Amino acid sequence: MTDNASPEPEATRLETASDKTAPGSVVLEVRDLSVDFGVDKKWVPAAIGLNYEVRAGEVLAIVGESGSGKSASSMALLGLLPSNSRVRGSVKLSGKELLGEKSGNIREVRGKDVAVIFQEPMTALNPVYTVGAQIVETLRLHNSISPDEARQRAVRMLELVELPDPEKAFKSYPHQLSGGQRQRAMIAQSLSCDPKLLIADEPTTALDVTVQAEILDLMRNLRNKLDSAIVLITHDMGVVADLADRIAVMRKGVIVESGTAQQIFSNPQHEYTQALLAAVPHLGQGADSTDVDVTAALAAATHTELESVDHDELVRRERENQAALKAAAEEAAKPRGEPVLELVDVAIEYPKQGRVPAFRAVEGANLVIYPGQVVGLVGESGSGKTTIGRAAVGLLPVAAGSMRVVGQDISAAKRNGKQLHEVRRDIGMVFQDPSSSLNPRLPIGESIGEPMFLAGVAKGVNLQKRIETLLDQVELPRGYRNRYPHELSGGQKQRVGIARALSLQPKLMVADEPTSALDVSVQAKVLELFQNLQRELGFACLFVTHDLAVVDVLADRICVMQRGRIVEQGTREQILRNPQEPYTQRLLAAVPLPDPEKQRERRELRAQLMAAGIE
Amino acid sequence: MSQPTQEEEILAQQALAEAAGAEAGSEATGGLSQGQIVRKRFFGHTGALIGLAVFAAIFLLAFTSVGAFGIPGWWKYNHTDVSPLVNDGVPTSSLWPLAWGEHPFGQDRIGRDLFAMTMRGAQQSITVMVLIGAIAGAVGAIVGGLAGYFRGWVEAVLMRLTDVIIIIPVLLLAAVVGQIANRRDEGSWIASFASNNGVVILGVFLGFVLWVGLARLVRGEFLTLREREFVDAARISGASNARIIFKHILPNAVGVLIVNVTLTMSAAILLETALSYLGLGVKAPDTSLGLLVAQNQEAFATRPWLFWFPGLFIILICLSINFIGDGLRDAFDPRQKKFKAKSAVETSSHSSTTAPVADASKGS
Repeated sequence: MTDNASPEPEATRLETASDKTAPGSVVLEVRDLSVDFGVDKKWVPAAIGLNYEVRAGEVLAIVGESGSGKSASSMALLGLLPSNSRVRGSVKLSGKELLGEKSGNIREVRGKDVAVIFQEPMTALNPVYTVGAQIVETLRLHNSISPDEARQRAVRMLELVELPDPEKAFKSYPHQLSGGQRQRAMIAQSLSCDPKLLIADEPTTALDVTVQAEILDLMRNLRNKLDSAIVLITHDMGVVADLADRIAVMRKGVIVESGTAQQIFSNPQHEYTQALLAAVPHLGQGADSTDVDVTAALAAATHTELESVDHDELVRRERENQAALKAAAEEAAKPRGEPVLELVDVAIEYPKQGRVPAFRAVEGANLVIYPGQVVGLVGESGSGKTTIGRAAVGLLPVAAGSMRVVGQDISAAKRNGKQLHEVRRDIGMVFQDPSSSLNPRLPIGESIGEPMFLAGVAKGVNLQKRIETLLDQVELPRGYRNRYPHELSGGQKQRVGIARALSLQPKLMVADEPTSALDVSVQAKVLELFQNLQRELGFACLFVTHDLAVVDVLADRICVMQRGRIVEQGTREQILRNPQEPYTQRLLAAVPLPDPEKQRERRELRAQLMAAGIE
Repeated sequence: MSQPTQEEEILAQQALAEAAGAEAGSEATGGLSQGQIVRKRFFGHTGALIGLAVFAAIFLLAFTSVGAFGIPGWWKYNHTDVSPLVNDGVPTSSLWPLAWGEHPFGQDRIGRDLFAMTMRGAQQSITVMVLIGAIAGAVGAIVGGLAGYFRGWVEAVLMRLTDVIIIIPVLLLAAVVGQIANRRDEGSWIASFASNNGVVILGVFLGFVLWVGLARLVRGEFLTLREREFVDAARISGASNARIIFKHILPNAVGVLIVNVTLTMSAAILLETALSYLGLGVKAPDTSLGLLVAQNQEAFATRPWLFWFPGLFIILICLSINFIGDGLRDAFDPRQKKFKAKSAVETSSHSSTTAPVADASKGS
């Protein structure tokens, strides 16, 4: 980029860079790309004979489950694979072969011509440097410019990614920014050298739904502004719905189907593509009721008009919603019995540690769960939803108010005291990250059996029988009991987590984002299992999640949390069909739909909600 | 929240395929406890088994040949006997024809049998090593574990204690303890015990000094492990603090613990040499491997066998201990896998196609 050293007019630089490929020309050409990993003295293929090309200004989405080879093949483009891997085939960037290059040459290409946005911005950014310093570093590595100039350009990049205060963000360390801001900074860094090709590896998987929607908006804007070719890697069909121009679906290392976004979504040919599309949880597919038309509900609640939807049709859809709402209200009036979990004005604090003062994560929470009821607790990260879940099982102390669990008041219970010990025999908990919640050194059979062993319910042969029954219940083969957690896939591990939570036949189950670490298709299966078990065993459940679509499938009631407070609660129908709080409306509007048409409607609505000054 | 990497994914699939294959053979799989599985894995580890065999052989040879605890051994000399020089002290053993001879390892300048001395030295060194390993390992793991798990004032007290012990030089402490233990005139039981079993005192003393480094490492491991969700899961299951520490966290920290214990044990031989020189522990006429090497290093040019044989035993003991440690760590860590690119075989099935094989067993 030496010919770029001459300072050009600042604002237009991005569009008129002199070495830019002509619009529409092929930027990346991949031919017969194969990637193998060496495991146990064998070459195991991760990607087989991939062929695709990306043109400037185009977004190619590579979609597939984890393990399908989508990330491995994309990292292979840049030679970023571990040493036990092997790459064959041809990768051409603007006609220049990348594979087989010396490491020095490929280093030139990285960052300058090809940039990567990683999944987890917290780990992809170096925590000991400021965001600005990291962008400046990238800029000065590839361009011979002065520190001042680099700084100016860095701030301009931060402006470009719509950070609220670019100057402040420049001086911030990664931990001082929120998840969404970090991902924006990450994008700014990767775009700083005006790359011809941008690889986005699951850029929104680690983010909340609302933040995800914002980042997707940003990427859409940037695509129009920048004219880079973008390869978007994801497992979520909802994410690609209105961002991708073309889609390639990968399975078991092979591209099984590719075509334009319109083709894939409206007329998927391969059964795997159809399965992926069906697996995306979207609002209004609840188990035992008619569909909820969220777009219509939102439009009604906010009195907005959509240009893309006919007015009469919208009125009709709103009326349908009203009817269903009435039916739901009648059902809600039935008697229920003694509550399993009851929170009255509960406040929960994280105790102070050293110089960090105590932090009140939840304030004035009121919540009741009756036997057999599933209550969804929804909110963004940091809203305190997980805190309530953890307090309900006695992992966090209650600072104020009263909390009754299965008939006992545990708000004053001692940590690890006798009372908690007793209460916990009636509670089960499913954790968020299945790899972290199972002891890696314990065979899963023992993990499942531990609660029963400790409670003295069963021992020896009896215990083994109970473990077998539980494995059957979560549809895992009995022979798995001697496996270690790392020998299972993510979905299987979460089944083990559910089996452990069920082992004492709890009256209350607390599920803390049990599916957020899973692939969409796996998530669908785990949710189905969970639903069946709940119906069969009839336990009450507090289901914590950030994904409204997930809760929609399961929950009878939904509580929406924001900044430590429950802002709205009601039956599933009330929340989905008639959301009152602007925050709830915003959450609803942010859920992506696996359909470009509907997604466009939804996006328009979201833009109007934002424009109406809703925070 | 993190997605597993491609590599981990493949490892998982591979394990599934393997297990599925194994299952086909034996349908009924009973539940095994963690201990049983660790034992099985340990005995499947070639390096560890060889290490164990070598160590056992040396142990038996050392303790039966010259005798221990007042029981006489089968070898005709002991480490203090002086006999006339045979063949100017050159080792009489030969590989071809295979013969043992009068003095297989040779003799030193005054005619003591080197085989007997080496065996006695190996006894002493093994005693020190095992004592140090056991005491330092246990104390380090417990102190580090308690500090890391409970935090708060427990941590403050234990870690300050650790700091205090760390800053006092081992040699200085050793000299003081040596002086106390050596007051034979007082005739107390400890003095008489020390005069006969200097090496036991040494081992115990070093064990109680060398746990500090270990404690800090274990504490660090505990600090990260206690935040993992499986600890919360165990707590909800009703596990007590002791059970969480020993059953759940410690096995996960065992890699760090074992590697460091084995390293400490190897280093203990040299430390023992240094301390014996200072007058604590092993004293001539008694001997240890380190002492033999140290005493005979000037004879390296003229009587090299005096140096070689004790040195060989030091190396054998240290290597076998390290191999055993390796095997233990691998047995506790189910993730150990190694790969060599050159000897790899081509396979055609994709990494995730192995999954259906495992899934097929669900039906049966």
